[in-house]
Amino acid sequence: MKNLFNILSQIPDPEIPVINIVELGIVRDAKWLSENEIEVVITPTYSACPAMFNIEEDIIKLFQEKEISAKITTQMFPVWTTDWITDEAREKLREYGITPPEKGAEENHLNVPKKCPRCGSENTKQISRFGSTLCKASYQCNDCLEPFDYFKCH
Amino acid sequence: MKHYILKLADDSLIMGQRLAEWCGKGPYLEEDIALTNIALDQLGQANNWYHLATKFFADGRTVDDFAMLRVEKEYLNAQLVEIPNEDYAQTILKVYFFAVYQKLLYENLINSADEDVKAIAIKSLKEVKYHKTHAETWIKVFAGGTEESKTRLQNAVENVWEFTGGLFDEVEDEKDLVELNLIPDSKKLYEDWKQKISEDFEKFGLQLPENNWMQKGSRKGIHTEYFGYILTDLQYMQRTYPDCTW
Repeated sequence: MKNLFNILSQIPDPEIPVINIVELGIVRDAKWLSENEIEVVITPTYSACPAMFNIEEDIIKLFQEKEISAKITTQMFPVWTTDWITDEAREKLREYGITPPEKGAEENHLNVPKKCPRCGSENTKQISRFGSTLCKASYQCNDCLEPFDYFKCH
Repeated sequence: MKHYILKLADDSLIMGQRLAEWCGKGPYLEEDIALTNIALDQLGQANNWYHLATKFFADGRTVDDFAMLRVEKEYLNAQLVEIPNEDYAQTILKVYFFAVYQKLLYENLINSADEDVKAIAIKSLKEVKYHKTHAETWIKVFAGGTEESKTRLQNAVENVWEFTGGLFDEVEDEKDLVELNLIPDSKKLYEDWKQKISEDFEKFGLQLPENNWMQKGSRKGIHTEYFGYILTDLQYMQRTYPDCTW
């Protein structure tokens, strides 16, 4: 089992390639069905996240190379939350230039300043509640002037 | 239950399709992105509801068949989501009315006796709360802005109001579903919605129309004259190149 998760961690998130699908919390389960067949249970992040199609394909392709057929099951419940993103992955996001989400629901953090991933300043402003992907919002640092993405709590 | 699922799916699909018309035409870049993000969330929710519909109908039809290959009278959406975007104030007002509705709806559906319905509702609720915050922010800006912005918003209220009641019109079997704890009572939902809107309007300094006459036909496959044009856009590729995929 652990082994399967290790293999699955080789698959990067298609939109944010510095983190992988396991540390993002998308892979809920992975098990052997027979000698050359596995089942991978995944859960979508946002209802419409287009990366989910790529992720399914990436999983199937990766195991095909090992002559294993992967059956993908999409599971909706329990519903994905950014709380499942590992601490290690949060740090990777920050280094990549994306401010990681706080724990808990977005509405609890509306007045919490989002730290600039470049200089660490809390003197930042929201440019838009939305961003280049469903999971992000656009911010700018008032000190170093760097525009940056914030990964929304969800 | 299948008709109820379709009414939710069709609302989201048509709301998403209409909003997506702003793609590339938003008042400025960030707002363009905001509207299309909201549109995409709606299409995602529609996809989830259609998936569930395929289970309930179990007649071999796929998600795409439901979304792309039905005729006008088979769509059970409310007329509110199909009326034209018009100016930005009207678009935002529609998003706001619809988000308040969806938030109340999903806050109820997360307690549904059906596990699939519950799961979709929990996921969707997070998304629509965000839509509501966004729309509300703009309503406050327009209502508290210039004479022009307030007039445009107030005009939008006059245009859109008569379509709001249709959100709460019922499909045939709703009464039984309420008793089985599967769905909330649409009449109760309507009362809660009106209460919330009138509280908000007082805060925003906006007037609700005195005339409370509501358009009929929502949820029964009866549409405004604008609907056929939406389907033409939406279905063109599937009708022209049957079964084509991305």
